[in-house]
Amino acid sequence: MKFGILVNEGPFTHQASDSAYHFVSAAIEKGHQVMRVFFYYDGVNNANKLSAPQADDRDLVKLWGKLATQHNVDLVVCIAAALRRGIVEENLADGFRISGLGQLTEVGIAADRLVVFGD
Amino acid sequence: MSDEIEFNTAGVTKKFMYVNRKAPYGTIYALEVLEAVLISAAFEQHACIVFVDDGVYQIKKGQDTDAVNMKNFSKTYGIIAMEKEDADEDDDIDMVWRIIVEQESMEARGLRADDFVIDVEVIPSDKLAVIMSEQEIVISG
Repeated sequence: MKFGILVNEGPFTHQASDSAYHFVSAAIEKGHQVMRVFFYYDGVNNANKLSAPQADDRDLVKLWGKLATQHNVDLVVCIAAALRRGIVEENLADGFRISGLGQLTEVGIAADRLVVFGD
Repeated sequence: MSDEIEFNTAGVTKKFMYVNRKAPYGTIYALEVLEAVLISAAFEQHACIVFVDDGVYQIKKGQDTDAVNMKNFSKTYGIIAMEKEDADEDDDIDMVWRIIVEQESMEARGLRADDFVIDVEVIPSDKLAVIMSEQEIVISG
């Protein structure tokens, strides 16, 4: 199955980003395709490379980046949501790209399922 | 940053639903759902824009946000109403837009259909549940 993923909450504050990460990892492992992960609302904070969690905690920003590199997953950060939260090219973590909201609609159309993580 | 990736969506029309559940200014969800709806219009998809719970306040007439120093974006919902009109009138485009307020949410807050800045369909929750189950993509905020 072809999945699109929407992440609506920030890392660390909310479990949604962790759940999304685990879902994407498991889906890929099972042989499904994840066409795109789109980060919206506070979800854009998943792409902040200045994020520095404590050493014994999971580092979601890096985990996403690793997933993108290993499995060629398209990680897209909404530009409007990102700019108002201070996520710009200068602090954009590896594996992410910044693009427009149209990329959310597009993956909704193209994927078999859009799975939303958030409240 | 990698190159832009685009999927071919030509000729595909799906049913999108946007569920607005929050009051307009306490959190950013209302504004960012609105932005998502407006962008999606360019893709000529079916869309139901739904207001439930405190989300019904997003389209209440007479909003004055001066005291909280927030941008009053309630007038922007007029663009959604215009998109709906365009969709209704243009026979060449296979695109249906509906603007729905859940009846129970509206009544519980002492509101009536003419309290809103745009024309809405008022639909009870049991019927709304059926409409929701028919959607292909549901995005909420």
